[in-house]
Amino acid sequence: MSPLLPRGLHPAAWWGWAIGLAVAVSTVTNPFLLFTALGVAALVVTSRRGSSPWARSFRLYLWLGVFIVAVRTVLHVLVGLKYGDTVVLPLPEVTLPSWAAGIDILGDVRLAGLVGAVTDGLRLAVMIACIGAANALANPKRLLRSLPGALSEIGSAVVVTITVAPQLADSVQRVLRARALRGDTSRGIRALPRIALPVLEDTLDRSLLLASAMDSRGYGRRRAVSPWQRSLTATCTLGGLLASAVGIYGVLDTTTPGWLGAPLLLTGAALSLVGIWLGGHANARSTYRPDPWQWPEWLTVACGFGAAVAMQLASRADGSALGMPLSPLAVPALPLVAVAGLLLAGLPAFLTPEPPPAATRGPGRRAEVPA
Amino acid sequence: MIELDRVSVTFEGASQPVLRDVTLSIDEGELVLVVGRTGSGKSTLLGTMTGHVPHFTGGTLAGHVRIHGRDTRTHRPRDLADLVGVVGQDPLAGFVTDSVEEELAYGMEQLGLSASTMRKRVEETLDVLGIADLRGAALRELSGGQQQRVAIGSVLTAHPKVIVLDEPTSALDPTGAEDVLATITRLVHDLAVTVVVAEHRIERVLQYADTVVHVGTDGVVTHGDPAALMTTSDVAPPVVELGRWAGWSPLPLSVRDARRRARQWRSRPVLSPPSAPTDGPVLLTAKGVVIQHDAVVAVAGVDLSLRGGEITALMGRNGAGKSSLLWGLQGSGRLRSGSVLATGPAGFPGVDVHRLDAAQRRRHVGLVPQSAADLLYLDSVGAECRQADRESERPPGTCRSLLDSLAPGIPDGRHPRDLSEGQRLAVVLAVQLTADPPILLLDEPTRGLDYTGKAALRRALHELTARGRCVVVSTHDVEFVAETADRVVVLAAGEVVADGPTAAVVVSSPAFAPQVAKITAPQPWLTVDDVRYAVGEPS
Repeated sequence: MSPLLPRGLHPAAWWGWAIGLAVAVSTVTNPFLLFTALGVAALVVTSRRGSSPWARSFRLYLWLGVFIVAVRTVLHVLVGLKYGDTVVLPLPEVTLPSWAAGIDILGDVRLAGLVGAVTDGLRLAVMIACIGAANALANPKRLLRSLPGALSEIGSAVVVTITVAPQLADSVQRVLRARALRGDTSRGIRALPRIALPVLEDTLDRSLLLASAMDSRGYGRRRAVSPWQRSLTATCTLGGLLASAVGIYGVLDTTTPGWLGAPLLLTGAALSLVGIWLGGHANARSTYRPDPWQWPEWLTVACGFGAAVAMQLASRADGSALGMPLSPLAVPALPLVAVAGLLLAGLPAFLTPEPPPAATRGPGRRAEVPA
Repeated sequence: MIELDRVSVTFEGASQPVLRDVTLSIDEGELVLVVGRTGSGKSTLLGTMTGHVPHFTGGTLAGHVRIHGRDTRTHRPRDLADLVGVVGQDPLAGFVTDSVEEELAYGMEQLGLSASTMRKRVEETLDVLGIADLRGAALRELSGGQQQRVAIGSVLTAHPKVIVLDEPTSALDPTGAEDVLATITRLVHDLAVTVVVAEHRIERVLQYADTVVHVGTDGVVTHGDPAALMTTSDVAPPVVELGRWAGWSPLPLSVRDARRRARQWRSRPVLSPPSAPTDGPVLLTAKGVVIQHDAVVAVAGVDLSLRGGEITALMGRNGAGKSSLLWGLQGSGRLRSGSVLATGPAGFPGVDVHRLDAAQRRRHVGLVPQSAADLLYLDSVGAECRQADRESERPPGTCRSLLDSLAPGIPDGRHPRDLSEGQRLAVVLAVQLTADPPILLLDEPTRGLDYTGKAALRRALHELTARGRCVVVSTHDVEFVAETADRVVVLAAGEVVADGPTAAVVVSSPAFAPQVAKITAPQPWLTVDDVRYAVGEPS
């Protein structure tokens, strides 16, 4: 097999992969497995992320994970249920009045409880890292571009919002500098209206300009649709929504008859999809150079789901091996099936095409305005 | 192709219509130049052709506008997207995506063209506009001229029959503007597109225009042959003014035509102009100024001394470091090295503007930034004036009387946003002058001003220098420089490449020479007034 040409993988494939990995770790508190999953996610991110600004966002998600573990630990020390034999940090216990009975504040911190809290936090942190990996690997703009026709306008609106954000930062800076020219360097709440007003006006002006530009380029154009088809679309969407709502109710409430649950929910979902598909017909929009979906995409999604399936198998075989043994506290096991499943999720790091090199820049515009 | 049938436009709350009873018909493949004073309704006229008036702006439209048979009454701008392409003033504000290729494809995606057609048209358009090497580039990193060409390309891919451009070069430096205008003429010649363009650099397009449409301030629209119409137009480039004064008929529309008519002037003996010696006291001394933004060196070691009573023009490409230098001279922009000393009255020791706080600094050096409106944040002109008096610790009414002398008749209760471009500049200028700084710096003040607005600004600046103040203006407007500045400093890549009296610097430069200089070279005349003074009577 000849080496693959560099190209960006379909963003939906990365999301499928990441969700599979996240589902795999969602029932795991075994730190060996959690760290393996984290390592796999990090490996794939570092080897397959592109050159876009958000490709560097993985680090942020890692810090968010650290923060979550810390918060979980602090909460455990403050109000958590302390259990286990070994006391690691003796603290006085605060007794609350009777109306708040059942909540213990502080109290001796015990090892087993503490380890339990940390591994629990770690599980959430790793799941968030999986989502972060998807975000770093998949260009969110390209993902929005592959939305179905009926939703593509919402997609465009979101893309524009993402684009406008850095411009907002620019105009805040510009206005701050202009304020200094009037001898006003005050910051804080009192200066807010003086900065916010010009910035908001600026943003509004830009938005109007952009809206009119998009309008004259055909954004929101509709194909002529027969009234018959329009009412069919409306019926499908509305009916699907209603059926889904009733179906969810049926699933959650066990006293309702069986047909009101899952079957109705599925019917509702199907109707909604038909509605979206029909709605897409009214929209003439097409996509320039759509991202292809080929075997590397299938492979990536399969690897993610493989990890989830392997974890299910491991849990059927020996469910306790996926957890952290707390009573008594012991070294966790290393279930081979689960580890193999997670390593499988690392395959996209080697088997998918490499990301394309950074786009060639034009002869860059020099910053005319001081930063 | 475009038909306007007794069209009048009245905006809500306005006592009289912006456009009055316009009947106009534009043929296929014509290049139409729309001229008129700022605020005269040029944009409104273009808006009626694109459907934005009244679908987007509101207001009442009487009569009918038909584009290729489609009435804008029943067709919104989006329904005309396959027929009319619109290019605005600020290309960046209209970009939807963030890379060149995607931007070129956006319009076609909305029209639902097939993937193979889109691929082909994107490639063709990249070649037509000569931007094939930029295909993957991020739009924000392009220069202004490149951005504007991408904007033209992005409407061109939909193969429209009409392209409407509203002041496409007003934000560009002379070279960038030249590129864009060359592209526009190419559209007409090679692609047979009907082009309607409103442009304030009239002289650049005039010679190619088939029809000129003049929009008067009273909303009356006249149209006709360029040479005939320009004899009476209330906006006229120097070449036309010169032709009118000399009584040339038919009126020459290009520098080249005028140059052939001016043969007898060129053969006169060349007298070096009486150079007015500038002997004002030095008010500001900059030594070895280096300004760096992240990795980019914007200003690379500039020495400059500014004298009282002198207007200095700062010229150069977009990105040559003009703005950075002005902010550095004012003291708000951080220097990497070098010093800026503001010297007070004779015998007063210089003070380093970078050591002062913002409030003290504005008493030494005032700056009017590029987007002047950023300085205004209150809800009325009166409130802004009172605030300026307080900030500068001047007696109440100082700012108001300054404003009245700059631009009389702006009511106190008017919201700054409702002012015209020129009036807003006057308010900002008054606010900055309230502190009475000996040195005033202006960054691109002529943007959006018509010939009358520029004349008013010129008078205001001359009054300042008459009182011994020193003025620096950064601008791309060569005609404004020719009529206003005593001295020209040209920056390139952050360094001073030319510095001297206006005539000496400007006449020999191909990019910065004003029209009159191009017509009458080797005579050292820069403006129509210079010619009048030297020639006396037209022969």
